[in-house]
Amino acid sequence: MSLLIKNAVIVNADGEKKASQDILIKGSTIEKIGKDLSADGVKVVDASGKKVLPGFIDLHCHLREPGQEHKETIETGCRAAVKGGFTSLFCMPNTRPPIDNGMIVEGVIKEARRVGLANVYPVGAISKGQNSQEMVDMYEMKAAGCLALSDDGKAVNNSQLMLLALRYADMVGLLLMEHCQDPLISGKGVMNEGLTASVLGMRGDPGVSETVIVGRDIELANYVQARIHLSHISLKRSCELIRFAKSQGVRVTAEACPHHFTLTDEAVKGFDPNTKVNPPLRTADDVEAIKAALADGTLDCVSTDHAPHTLEDKEEGFDHAPFGISGFETAFGLCVTHLVRTKVLTLAGLVDKMCQSPARIAGLKNKGRIEEGADADLVIVDTEAEWEVRKEDFVSKGKNSPFFGWKLHGLVEKTICGGKVVFER
Amino acid sequence: MEWKRHDLFDLQDLSRAEIELILETAKSFKEVSTRDVKKVPALRGKTVVMLFFEPSTRTRISFELAAKRLSADTLNISASASSLSKGESVLDTARNIEAMNVDMIVVRHKSAGVPKILADHLSSSIINAGDGCRAHPTQALLDMFTIREKLGRIEGLKVGIIGDILHSRVARSNIVGLTKMGAQVTVCGPSTLIPIGIEQMGARKTYCVDDVVAESDVLIFLRLQRERQEEQFLPSIREYAQVFGVGPERLKKAKKNVVIMHPGPTNRGVELTAEVADDPRSVILDQVTNGVAVRMAVLYLLAGAQR
Repeated sequence: MSLLIKNAVIVNADGEKKASQDILIKGSTIEKIGKDLSADGVKVVDASGKKVLPGFIDLHCHLREPGQEHKETIETGCRAAVKGGFTSLFCMPNTRPPIDNGMIVEGVIKEARRVGLANVYPVGAISKGQNSQEMVDMYEMKAAGCLALSDDGKAVNNSQLMLLALRYADMVGLLLMEHCQDPLISGKGVMNEGLTASVLGMRGDPGVSETVIVGRDIELANYVQARIHLSHISLKRSCELIRFAKSQGVRVTAEACPHHFTLTDEAVKGFDPNTKVNPPLRTADDVEAIKAALADGTLDCVSTDHAPHTLEDKEEGFDHAPFGISGFETAFGLCVTHLVRTKVLTLAGLVDKMCQSPARIAGLKNKGRIEEGADADLVIVDTEAEWEVRKEDFVSKGKNSPFFGWKLHGLVEKTICGGKVVFER
Repeated sequence: MEWKRHDLFDLQDLSRAEIELILETAKSFKEVSTRDVKKVPALRGKTVVMLFFEPSTRTRISFELAAKRLSADTLNISASASSLSKGESVLDTARNIEAMNVDMIVVRHKSAGVPKILADHLSSSIINAGDGCRAHPTQALLDMFTIREKLGRIEGLKVGIIGDILHSRVARSNIVGLTKMGAQVTVCGPSTLIPIGIEQMGARKTYCVDDVVAESDVLIFLRLQRERQEEQFLPSIREYAQVFGVGPERLKKAKKNVVIMHPGPTNRGVELTAEVADDPRSVILDQVTNGVAVRMAVLYLLAGAQR
């Protein structure tokens, strides 16, 4: 099976090619890039007027399978992901049961292969049952196919266990990711603690619940000399801590999600349960700080934290609604509109945040760049096209988006994963 | 050389010549235990007290037999059956024992440094039979004696110590003793069970058990000291056994004349399988036999020294 992409303006993290080129894909690999390529009997895709980027890599999403298939399945999740341009997904382990042993890891990988749309890398739990008591069998998780572990949904609240887990994971060769939120500080908070929460009479989650874990993990990683990846950073203060840690040589990486650089806690004023997310939407000051941190490299990448829920789940009123935003299908548009067009990042800079950096952090050697010999995971995009986010267009089971009605630039036209066209508009 | 020491805390204090003297002395005492009448009068009239604050089978019996074969009078005190259970301090207990004019006290305690504290306050000879995770000098001496007996030398050998290094006084004493005698020690275990700074303590470190099995002349296995592990150092015993345990398959990569050792008690199926423990190259029971001879040598030499 072969594919020839004609007239491609290739954008890698190190820049955008001035002239268009052709990309010849053989099997699942980019075989050749050059001028006027031709091959017999190959399917031809014309990318004239469009840009060709490496497939997006999402280090943080929820596919809900096993156990919560009413919210999303690996199949519907992958369908939504490739529609959003994502070809590699790191799905979080807070499923039912949690992904805390090798058999469940293998089960998720097997189902993703059957679906055959995107590369799915299950992120295993750090602790058995995600209860912060005992480490999972990390060698077993790695052998089953895990590249990273996280107790996502909550932080590892046992600091001693986190220290030992960092030490153990470093030996095994697994990356630990942390959901930075101290559960005892957050308590029953449903939104950012601050003026808006006070006015609305809602229980606040103090931002310090994030920063104490950011600070703790930086210190633990520094002490153990191990790597740590901090998920969905939402606060200015967290960025300052990470910036300082990086300047000291601590092996910390971090990510931000589109809703944390496009929305503030003021969005909660309409009581839309789709603005309820963990970590919560913060202040305008934080939004600006997240953008600045993406621009200066303090934050390494953009993840979606795609967290699909059914409308029924979200209809219980703000206090009782589950946390989460369905993010695959709006991520690229939000990034182009609110990072690239506002000149926070260049398009190549965005490719770094969505492709190259996540590949580097996760250790995906042949992904995140368009070059000969790399995996043929590509996305053809129209960065100029304007479109409206509409609920009826969502293919994810999760229609829980606060962005319906928003006009965005940046549209995914085609997604190619492993040399196969997995989405076309 | 002349022996001058009155107490034995650890091997750090001992010179290579002193270790050699103990091992040479042990060689001659080993023969005593093979006689019909297993007794020499070297310590006649001396009283040796075994003061064990921690459970022990091998070490306590070994010391007791060593003392008896030297014709000493022996006395056994265990923590549960003494005034310690009535709230008396360690030092007070020892002082009271000494007041009955004993000559040597063999002590084991779960806290590092207790033998030293006793020696600072008492005039009897104090012999460390294991203090916390710090030192177990007679175990290291009997290990060295056994290695020399099997391979003829210690100098230049590669010794791999596999298991829970963090909680092991046997590992610490062996690192000190073996490196002093010219061996190269590599420790192998999970990152969470290897003490910080092990390289500065003189050992190399690896997480790859296959490497250490393949390159070593001597393999010393240690059990997981679960009674000392209050924290979650490991995901599970099962994963430990799979990743760090040695069975017949892994042992195939070992040198043909590798010497397999274990200070005991073994947890078969965890750090090593029954096949490995019972392999013809296993000297686990020789270690026990040699323990008596080495402890006879230690008691004999210390008793002869003047404070």
